[in-house]
Amino acid sequence: MTDQRIEFTKEMKGYKILAPNMLPIHFSLLCNVFKIHGYDAEILENVGPSVTQNGLKYVHNDTCYPALLVIGQLIDALNSGKYDVNKTALMITQTGGGCRASNYIHLLRKALVKAGYSQVPVISLNLSGLEKNSGFKFTLKMIRQALMTLIYGDMIMLLNNQIEPYEVIKGASKNKIQYWIQYLTEEFSQGRGLSYKDMKKNLKSIINDFDTIEKRSEEKIKVGIVGEIYIKYSALGNNHLEKFLLEQNCEVMVPGVMGFMLFKADNRMEDIKLYGGNPIKYKVVSVLFNYIQKLESAMIEVVKENGHFQLPSSYMHLKKLIKGYVGYGNKMGEGWLLTAEMLELIESGYNNIVCAQPFGCLPNHIVGKGMTRKIREHYPTSNIVPIDYDPSATRVNQENRIKLMLAIAKENANQI
Amino acid sequence: MKLGFDIGSTTIKCILFNDEKEIIYKNYRRHYSKINEALYEELQAISNQVENILDSKMEVAISGSAGMGYAEVIQLPFVQEVYATKVAVNEYLNEADVVIELGGEDAKILFLSDGLEVRMNGSCAGGTGAFIDQMATLLNSTPDEMNILAKDHSKIYSIASRCGVFAKSDIQPLLNQGAQKNDISASIFYAMVNQTIAGLAQGRELKGNIVYLGGPLTFLSELRNTFDKVLKCKGNCPKNALYFVALGTALMASEPILFQEMFERVKNYVASFNYISTRPLFQSEQEYEEFANRHNQSTVKTIENKNYSGNVYLGIDAGSTTVKMTVLDEEENILLSSYQSNEGSPVGIVKNFLEQFYVEYPHATIKSSAVTGYGEEMLRNALSLDFGIVETIAHFKAAKKFNPQVDFIIDIGGQDIKCFKVLNGVIDDIFLNEACSSGCGSFLQSFAEVLGYSIEDFAKIGLFAKNPVDLGSRCTVFMNSSIKQAQKEGATVDNISAGLSMSVVKNALYKVIRITSAKELGKNIVVQGGTFYNDAVLRAFELEIDGHVVRPNIAGLMGAYGAALYAKQNQKEISTILTLEQLNDFTHEVQSINCQGCNNHCALTVNTFGEGRKYIGGNRCEKPITNLTQSDQDNMYEYKRNLLQEYRMKKVEHKKGVVGIPLVLNMYELLPFWTSFFNTLGIQCEVTDFSTHRMYLKGQHTIPSDTACYPAKLVHGHIEELLTKEIDAIFYPCMTYNIDESLGDNHYNCPVVAYYPEVIQANVSEIKNISFIYDYIGIHRPKDFAKKMTKILGNTFKGIQLKDVTKAVEAGFKENNIYFDKIHCKAKQIIENAEKKNQPVIVLAGRPYHIDPEINHGIDKLILSCGAAIITEDSISHLSKKVSTTVLNQWTYHSRLYAAADVVTHQKNLNLIQLVSFGCGVDAITADEVRLLLNKGNKIYTQIKIDEITNLGAVKIRLRSLFAALKDGDKNDRSTN
Repeated sequence: MTDQRIEFTKEMKGYKILAPNMLPIHFSLLCNVFKIHGYDAEILENVGPSVTQNGLKYVHNDTCYPALLVIGQLIDALNSGKYDVNKTALMITQTGGGCRASNYIHLLRKALVKAGYSQVPVISLNLSGLEKNSGFKFTLKMIRQALMTLIYGDMIMLLNNQIEPYEVIKGASKNKIQYWIQYLTEEFSQGRGLSYKDMKKNLKSIINDFDTIEKRSEEKIKVGIVGEIYIKYSALGNNHLEKFLLEQNCEVMVPGVMGFMLFKADNRMEDIKLYGGNPIKYKVVSVLFNYIQKLESAMIEVVKENGHFQLPSSYMHLKKLIKGYVGYGNKMGEGWLLTAEMLELIESGYNNIVCAQPFGCLPNHIVGKGMTRKIREHYPTSNIVPIDYDPSATRVNQENRIKLMLAIAKENANQI
Repeated sequence: MKLGFDIGSTTIKCILFNDEKEIIYKNYRRHYSKINEALYEELQAISNQVENILDSKMEVAISGSAGMGYAEVIQLPFVQEVYATKVAVNEYLNEADVVIELGGEDAKILFLSDGLEVRMNGSCAGGTGAFIDQMATLLNSTPDEMNILAKDHSKIYSIASRCGVFAKSDIQPLLNQGAQKNDISASIFYAMVNQTIAGLAQGRELKGNIVYLGGPLTFLSELRNTFDKVLKCKGNCPKNALYFVALGTALMASEPILFQEMFERVKNYVASFNYISTRPLFQSEQEYEEFANRHNQSTVKTIENKNYSGNVYLGIDAGSTTVKMTVLDEEENILLSSYQSNEGSPVGIVKNFLEQFYVEYPHATIKSSAVTGYGEEMLRNALSLDFGIVETIAHFKAAKKFNPQVDFIIDIGGQDIKCFKVLNGVIDDIFLNEACSSGCGSFLQSFAEVLGYSIEDFAKIGLFAKNPVDLGSRCTVFMNSSIKQAQKEGATVDNISAGLSMSVVKNALYKVIRITSAKELGKNIVVQGGTFYNDAVLRAFELEIDGHVVRPNIAGLMGAYGAALYAKQNQKEISTILTLEQLNDFTHEVQSINCQGCNNHCALTVNTFGEGRKYIGGNRCEKPITNLTQSDQDNMYEYKRNLLQEYRMKKVEHKKGVVGIPLVLNMYELLPFWTSFFNTLGIQCEVTDFSTHRMYLKGQHTIPSDTACYPAKLVHGHIEELLTKEIDAIFYPCMTYNIDESLGDNHYNCPVVAYYPEVIQANVSEIKNISFIYDYIGIHRPKDFAKKMTKILGNTFKGIQLKDVTKAVEAGFKENNIYFDKIHCKAKQIIENAEKKNQPVIVLAGRPYHIDPEINHGIDKLILSCGAAIITEDSISHLSKKVSTTVLNQWTYHSRLYAAADVVTHQKNLNLIQLVSFGCGVDAITADEVRLLLNKGNKIYTQIKIDEITNLGAVKIRLRSLFAALKDGDKNDRSTN
């Protein structure tokens, strides 16, 4: 394709940079890292019908729901009058790969032209060097910090998920989240916490601190959430699924984002193994892969040492679990990882699973809905409900189906 | 005592147990979406019938889709309805293995033995009670009458049941062709059964003791019989089948409450009023008056004069649900007009109109007549009318009469939305609604009916609504639940009415036409179609585009008016229209047969009208009419099919083994490669034949995702077919990458094409009994591929050597090149021939698998019958270099679309029609891009969406409009030269 895009140049460094929200904890940390490095970044919080309306207006309506929401949210923000549209840039992640999601950034640019914002530059956030901007450089320090925000984010999310439903003082866990986001940001801004040792120390402090929160001992229905990455994490995308499940008296487990990072890196190596390819490229990728894996194992060790929380599984463990279900070559979208996460959840006692996907999500035909039958064959008590999200699906319909899953979950719980 | 309420989508059902769990009261009533009022009435009814109940304590629970949320507000426990069914079935029918429950808007299946599993229909909700109601309205009967009709049927038509909108577009043409209501009724029941199985069984077999529950299955014996027939069993519809949810809810009720107390809560229920609203349609009466006055200026005069003597001109617009007729005098005033529902028999209606006209206007002479719309061909044949014209032409003629500068026409009718852009006096672009976008007139009408209003009153009350509900634009089924939600939140009917009008407009603008600003429409907009009589819709349209439009006073008659104008301008010496005497002898007989002309086996309806006039409906090609066989001379689709047949039939001597290959998805393209590859290795290929609907039905019970595209769903049938063959293995590999043709940035397959073999592996249980080769392979790296493939094949076939595989790979690529060379040559030939004959050439662009007759429903033949030649995207894409696109161009098949579009813009007599399979996520991206490429080159973009079933009537209109526009464009070209 031709490159007619507006580049984010050095002169634009003072611009406001807007990014859509997906994972509140991770993204606030990440946003702060950008700020430390001199970029005026902001994670968008605008929600409501005008977000969807703008999405419907500027994106082909059969495109997947996440594209519609993300683009709708960005355009809605530009329309809001809060920002100087001549001094604002947008930022969006770009994964690449055979899923249509790799086209989001192009659909966004198309939409910006239609909406009259052709001057607004879009920065692609990716680790594969897809697009470059002279004004936005991912320095090694930034990459390391960014990866660490993901580890911290996963850790805090894991702890919060296991504490919030049981906390005696309501809001205690949320307060800790705020505290640690501030603390870690401070560390980053002083250039500390970059070594493996410091990171591990921080992780320990985090878990010990969360562990002091007073909890009620109470049996709750345990529910896991898997799915297309945006719909799985974003409350805007999944109609506040986590909140709904908490209100229904459940404990929720959402697998972290590190697995996805490892998965995407690993795909490149698997491709070479399956179809042949450059051994040098293999080596380069494996360095990155091993680095992320090391970060992952630090987190797992810390949780293990503490011993009070559900131990997250390693990526390599997920890869073992998936054998016999889906091949390693299945890499578009969430690929085999989605099925593996379901298996891992079941293994850790989260038998009840919401598989959340945009309506008509292509990879999910295969690895989501396509695999539930096989999973049930091996785990007859697994209780998986697929839920489709799109602008015309109604919340009532979705919640009714989730309630059915919960009714079965309760019955299963009573039988044990 | 225990009390259970099941508040469903249309009714409230109630069960009251005494302490011995005996039913002492049961009842059901329709709630017309007024849930609180209906529940209050129900409580009153209970207190009247059951003595001393007011002071009794009882355990109460509420269930049902409409009860959710409401239960919380009145602080009563809620039980999920499917779970309630399960509880009741456990209590009363513990022998049951499978429960099938159809409700108003939900369908559910419960598997009780061998591992409990409960399923509800996903987001596309066809095959439910609401669906039957819709279909009954269409047939102008009631569900009960349909049940009686279905008993006496002689044949079954294929009808889509995925959703009401689809089914309507299948049934309407059947009605228009003259199919019997008995057969249609029975076909609707079959469609429902298939939908339930395809949507809910998902690989689990329905067997053992089967129980039928819920309203439709309780009331409709034929529906039960159809289930029995398809499932080959005898299901049981137990006592109280209607009440199982309520029974289960009552059984689950555990929190005691005083009846009196509950009564009070319902009585004092106040809605939350927190729905999202938009601006009112009119701020004041004065605003409305200005609006009304402005629109009253666009009028055609109607002169009622039964003594009129002289020539008159008749125009008929036989739409999908209505028939419109106008008679014009010499001054183009309207003498007589009629707008009525076609009641499934447009011929009878027009005949009556004509008879009435002949009698009432004895001095007038019909000088000329023209007909347009769905029923065009049949009416022209039946009544011997002078002209049949394309709808677009008729509408354009009429619109020009009101505004000669018209540059945009939007017509919202009962079922269709049609929009035309006009440039330099010629239709330049056409937009029609697709199968799955509702938001037309019948949409408003059905909601008016649900809420208990006539459509006229319903529109009126919306005009001055203060806080219209923001309903967005969504499919009918979802709109139902959105409206119910809004009502629960206190939205009144006037606000809902106004909200729905806006929703219709938003649907048309953003989903059908896909504009982002009003400027794109043009300056001189004429709006028409029956739906625009509705002032609320008209106002919503003007508000949304922030401008003024012209709405003729005959908005609903524009097609007929335009046809009459056409008749007047193109009159013959003497009109051929039937005279009063001829009408008196008029006969009309209908016969249903299956055409044996080709593999499509079209279900034909043969209409005979006496004096040898005949009309055959349901055909895709001209064969049943002219008895001529179409050759592949001008048809690349047929040519490719013939080539593939040759590859299918290839035999190997001294064979070492046999592999089965399903002819699906990417196999349509790689068949030459794989057959040569395997044959070189001494392995014979057993390739399945082209798909048929029967084949689909055979595999539908193992489809896990009902929203996947039809070509993918067909894979299941092909695999079932292979499982019955004597073969050593089934070969259907996963392929992330396709061959790199250097037309794009990458060369992926789409996720479904790439990984569908995984779905087969995980969902077809018999696949375990055979060696199934579905490894991930990469033919984009030929050398590595030979090595990897040697290992993969070694697991199944003994003694496979690398050197043999290397040879086989070479042979495969060689054959692949030969195949493409042939296609390229053929395309060149077709284009050259067409140029000589001055024949238009259509690039019927899609995917390799779109040549399957079951996937494209014979659209290639339909295009051929319009006089055009057909080539494919892959037969010309090599003529272009990598095209510059605004999106990531990374899928091999899709890169060809862009390349083909590019070629089309450089050749005068080429035009492109894109075939899009419903549910194809990738085409959401390609469609806009291909349109952009074509528009840049001043070509019209046409898209045809295809699915399990496709309404060929609509496709025909689309094609004819395109050809008419092309012809006009040609004339225009010449006149400007």
